[in-house]
Amino acid sequence: MARGGESMTEPNEDILSVAARWLEEGRHCALATVVETWGSSPRPIGSQLLVDEASNMVGSVSGGCIEGAVVHEAKEAMISGEGKLLEYGVTDEQAWEVGLACGGKIQVYVEPIG
Amino acid sequence: MKRSLFVELRAARERKRPIAMVTDLESGAQALVDDKESLGDLTLDKLQLVTVREAIGLDKSGKLADGKTFVQVYAQPPRMIVVGAVHVTQALLPMAQTAGYDVIVVDPRRAWASEDRFPGVTLMTDWPDEAIKMLKPDQRSAIVVLTHDPKLDDPALLAALDSRAFYIGALGSKRTHAKRVERLAELGLNERAIGRIHAPIGLPINAKSPAEIAISIMAQVTQVRRGAPRRVPDAEAAA
Repeated sequence: MARGGESMTEPNEDILSVAARWLEEGRHCALATVVETWGSSPRPIGSQLLVDEASNMVGSVSGGCIEGAVVHEAKEAMISGEGKLLEYGVTDEQAWEVGLACGGKIQVYVEPIG
Repeated sequence: MKRSLFVELRAARERKRPIAMVTDLESGAQALVDDKESLGDLTLDKLQLVTVREAIGLDKSGKLADGKTFVQVYAQPPRMIVVGAVHVTQALLPMAQTAGYDVIVVDPRRAWASEDRFPGVTLMTDWPDEAIKMLKPDQRSAIVVLTHDPKLDDPALLAALDSRAFYIGALGSKRTHAKRVERLAELGLNERAIGRIHAPIGLPINAKSPAEIAISIMAQVTQVRRGAPRRVPDAEAAA
């Protein structure tokens, strides 16, 4: 079995490989993971978003609705060094602020790596 | 996630071993669990370990019964074995990779299965049936047969039908497939086994160009993986 260079594997690179590269480059990063969903939610349990301190993102925890809020929390987690459980839903006014307008509720765990 | 656990998690992924990161969502303590051991500062009881290992087997992330312990399963990506390093394969490859498949291209014709045509891809130039046997396709494997040459397609399909691959498809018109069915039947395959082959391959979207055919194949593989009931060989065929 022949194994070639890395160029073609790039698009398939998983989040952990990206995290490893970022850490090697000395960047701080945090991982957000969908740990629970209720009702209709855009991404299933286990979906992950990787964030660095400059707000670079790989992956997703929603269809784009709550990523902004999660990135903010991820940067906080890099500073505190602690994991944090977050919840987003559409049951109140706050829903519009974070924008999960799809009718679901999700729990996301954010943790620094390293 | 502590750096040490992250490094272990990455190493397991490199070795292509399924593994789970278990997190106490209240304390942040974590354990990295595989079929043999549990590393980290989170201690799991026997029952929890059994449940986590079951979750790994099912590739199903989620909380344990206590509602505060989360299991993130890192399974191996599904595989797509493509027999025939043809033009459609060149179009299919990046689509399958983007959809998360590990793609292996098999073609004993070295002029076709060349590094130039498929840079950076896992290429096998073994005979298709031998290659498929070596790759041991499982229920998370798709086998796509595209050589258009019975000398290569038939052995590939025989080996594919002897596996539990969730998808088997073969390129060729209805007429080509009818002849293929005759040949496979003569080799002793029953209707049920032959019926596992999706042919003509791909969803019927009137695909013409190699890229369009690749789209129709990728769509059908997705349809079978996510929706349609899986067809598995009967016990005697699998034995």
